[in-house]
Amino acid sequence: MTAAQGARRVVAVEAKQSAGGTLLRRIALHGTLVILMIVWLIPTVGLFVNSFRPPQDINSSGWWTALFPPENLSLDAYASVLEGTDIASGFVNSLFITIPATIIPIFVAAFAAYAFSWMNFPGRNLLFVAVVGLLVVPLQTTFIPILQTMAGFGITGEFLSVWLAHTGYGLPFAIYLLRNFMGSLPREVFESAYIDGASPVTAFFRLALPMSVPAIAALAIFQFLFVWNDLLVAFVYLGAVRPENLPMTVQIANLVNQFGGGIELLGPAAFISMALPLVVFFALQRYFVRGITGGAVKG
Amino acid sequence: MEEKRRTRRTLVAIVGAAMLVAGACSSGQQAGKSVTVIGTWAGDEQKAFLAMVKPWEDQTGNKVKYTGTRDINTVLTTGVSSGVLPDLAGLPGPGQMTEFAKAGALKPLDSVLDVNTYKSETAKALVDLGTVDGKLSGVFIKAAIKGLIWFNPSLHDYTSAAPKTWDELKSQASANKGDAKAIWCLRLGSGAASGWPGTDWIEDIVLRQAGPQVYNDWWAGKVKWTDPKIKTAFQTYLDDVVANIPDKTEAVDPQKDFSGGGDPLFASPPGCELFHQASFITGLGAFKAKKAGTDYNFFPFPDIDPQFTGAVEGSGDLFGMFHDTEEAKSLIKYLVTAPAQDIWVKAGGALSANKNATSYPDDIAKRSADLLANAKIFVFDGSDLMPKAMNDKFWTAMLTITKDPSTLDATLADLDKAQTDAYKKP
Amino acid sequence: MDPRLGTALIVLFGVPAVIVGYIYATEVLLRGAPERLKPRVRPWLWLAPALLFLFFFLVWPTILTIARSFQGQLAGNWVGLDNYAWFFTSGEALVSLRNSLMWVVFLTLFTVGLGLIVAVLVDRVRYESVAKSVIFVPLAISMTAAGVIWRYMFEYQSPGSPQTGTLNGILTTFGVGPISFLQTQTLGLNTLFLILVMTWMWTGFAMVIISAALKGISVELLEAARVDGATEWNVFRHIVFPLLLPTIAVVSTTIVITALKTFDIVYVMTNGNYGTDVIASRMIKESFTFGQLGRGSALAVILLLAIIPIMGVNINRFRAQEAIR
Repeated sequence: MTAAQGARRVVAVEAKQSAGGTLLRRIALHGTLVILMIVWLIPTVGLFVNSFRPPQDINSSGWWTALFPPENLSLDAYASVLEGTDIASGFVNSLFITIPATIIPIFVAAFAAYAFSWMNFPGRNLLFVAVVGLLVVPLQTTFIPILQTMAGFGITGEFLSVWLAHTGYGLPFAIYLLRNFMGSLPREVFESAYIDGASPVTAFFRLALPMSVPAIAALAIFQFLFVWNDLLVAFVYLGAVRPENLPMTVQIANLVNQFGGGIELLGPAAFISMALPLVVFFALQRYFVRGITGGAVKG
Repeated sequence: MEEKRRTRRTLVAIVGAAMLVAGACSSGQQAGKSVTVIGTWAGDEQKAFLAMVKPWEDQTGNKVKYTGTRDINTVLTTGVSSGVLPDLAGLPGPGQMTEFAKAGALKPLDSVLDVNTYKSETAKALVDLGTVDGKLSGVFIKAAIKGLIWFNPSLHDYTSAAPKTWDELKSQASANKGDAKAIWCLRLGSGAASGWPGTDWIEDIVLRQAGPQVYNDWWAGKVKWTDPKIKTAFQTYLDDVVANIPDKTEAVDPQKDFSGGGDPLFASPPGCELFHQASFITGLGAFKAKKAGTDYNFFPFPDIDPQFTGAVEGSGDLFGMFHDTEEAKSLIKYLVTAPAQDIWVKAGGALSANKNATSYPDDIAKRSADLLANAKIFVFDGSDLMPKAMNDKFWTAMLTITKDPSTLDATLADLDKAQTDAYKKP
Repeated sequence: MDPRLGTALIVLFGVPAVIVGYIYATEVLLRGAPERLKPRVRPWLWLAPALLFLFFFLVWPTILTIARSFQGQLAGNWVGLDNYAWFFTSGEALVSLRNSLMWVVFLTLFTVGLGLIVAVLVDRVRYESVAKSVIFVPLAISMTAAGVIWRYMFEYQSPGSPQTGTLNGILTTFGVGPISFLQTQTLGLNTLFLILVMTWMWTGFAMVIISAALKGISVELLEAARVDGATEWNVFRHIVFPLLLPTIAVVSTTIVITALKTFDIVYVMTNGNYGTDVIASRMIKESFTFGQLGRGSALAVILLLAIIPIMGVNINRFRAQEAIR
């Protein structure tokens, strides 16, 4: 196709777009999206509004009644959460737990994913599928034997136990995600590198890894989220021996007594806890959207 | 390429900085020894427990590290098998306590406490419940009395003339209903344990209708659920109580917590006239803000069969020791004393297992405690004593029949089936 | 300064450094090996750290679980297939199997379907990242908070009293209800409502992954088709969808497995009452509340068996994918 033909094509396409996007179509598109967004937001908005209301109000009238006109709204519940509990040290513990537990699995999984994608060996697919299948193992079934061994090494109650555990638990998904992405990178790039005499290590660090940054960022977000919001794993490995190492999720759960009293504190606590993961999401958003499986779809 | 390297460096810098901030902000280790404790108490109960142990901390210079959890069953069952356990724990119930003791995880307390003092200060039933194979394995640090009937004096004041029998109660309640929507408030919701307030109802009725012997045989699995005596108790509950509540759907909603069940007493017009609940309701829901005696009061569950008069059902919070360190022993010794238990009693909503703790915040707490201490016939909460699988089915059964009373026969038959399986020796 | 910080920094920078160092070391080691051997040994060296973690944390406990499923309440008491027989003859087995199946089918259908729709639509508007963030936010919310959020959504007050739950508030404005959603057992509707809660949380997951794949489809391909007169629907059906299929398979597999494992939503909101029980929540109850580790282990094994067909589909997909590559 000549340049002139190509230009004409583009013009035609542009014309089609602006005309073919009929008003009805545009209304349907925006309408659907706006409705979906509202539907998705309403549950969270309900919690948000209720987090400013006293408990008696929450139990006697719906949250929407407090909006027009705004009545009885206050920051009391937030104050209770921040002052009444040791949530600051919980936040620090959460950071201690989450950051290494996000970074270590990425390293371990990256090498394994590369091996699964670009190295040929017998039983490769079967082994990979078995690894992915491990996603279904219920975590609770793993606690007893792992705890026994960790107790033997004396690391129960230490952060190290949770770091290692989250690495182990997070590997199936991490390998699945990374392998899927790495495997869809252009074969020609690696082949030419090998022809030029590059070792797999070089190919990994100079080619595969840089091209996989989007997938790695995406994995980082998912793993961060999962570890940050985890309650049970942290409690089982740390709670009996060193409760001072417990993450914020435990303190938040314990704002409510066993009979449900204090439930009005969970709203503020949830928003306080949500803040950091959302920051992480927004920060890594640009890598995130460019592709976990990017390239999996070849034109 | 350059951008990627720069991005990676920035990320590393951010991560490193975050950890440095974390390290700088947090404090170091504590001086003195510590005792780790796990229990189900959270929120304000946690505060009450921490207040309870503070004098001990001040006196010994040790620290109590308490954490509450809803998953106490998972944590302790896993812990007993893996060996990773806290020093002390609030045990889920006498059944689990027995399991843990038989597994050798719970340390006997006979040499830790002054057993004679403990026995003289505590009701025999509670002492016996904490004993496994002749050794004291669990102690009660908090108690409650079940089956008190709460009312709002402004609707009708029963203080001077409380009904003495069930029939009297029925007629007086109808007569004095006034503009209340219904006679009874009922709420069985309690999250994962929904249904238990209903089990308290049945237990109270069985105890006073069929007697303590049948009651004790029943929770031990020796009496069938379809036995006429048990069935009559269920029928009484359905005919006299469930038929007189404002809304069945609300009563069995698992998300409508029982702690708010008495709130309709204080509404205008009142949602109900009477509310059946344990003594600890005074620290929950709307009761918390109201004044004892003026806004609310109680009378004990009336007799049904006169030969079983003076029967009382109680419950309590069990504590056990997994590691017999010096500090742990000292703490558990302290927890059973009257001054310790007084602290929680004074905070409200709790009774003590120690007869000598007397710092009741109000007359109502005092009357409840007296009822407990002076009970002619004392039994422990039956469902707590049943095997967990049976207990769970009992809870669910209460939800089913309260929602739809016509399912009673089918439900009791199901319970019988579950009973055969649940009481099998492992 | 917090003493834990020292360990943390050492581990944070040390472990990755050790792993990288290990890989380099293996390469040096292999230099001495015969050329033929290198590509056969190297993959296993690269996989070793991952396989070690997986074995210790997931495989070995699973082997123990399988063994435990053949034992009674007390460990060491071998009872053969008794636990499996117990489950399939218990009345509740059918209900929890049906519910688990509902979870697998509907959670996957809803999240992947909605995720696909949103990904496709959002591609064409300027406020794309805002819309995506809105759909993604529920994933950032912990399960505890989600439980409270949906409590406020589903709440029921008796007819005549002011409604506090959002859904009943809307319904009563139109003169319908109020409905106790979680108690409505007909047609398994309450299970469906619980699935809705999970859908709300996980659609963002499906959307993000599918959206990323969507962006990898070359624009020229689509425009060429449009210029040639294809309708939007045909473009989607014949070009976009087939190209997205591998990604959809990845997302679906992950969500199917998530559906099988889900128990906290059920546990927290209904405790399995009113016919909402699923296999995973039964497993937790049997193992830890009732102390029946043998039975709980059998239920865990049933979950493991349930994913075998899914894994079979995945293997076929990989083989096909590699043939094209």
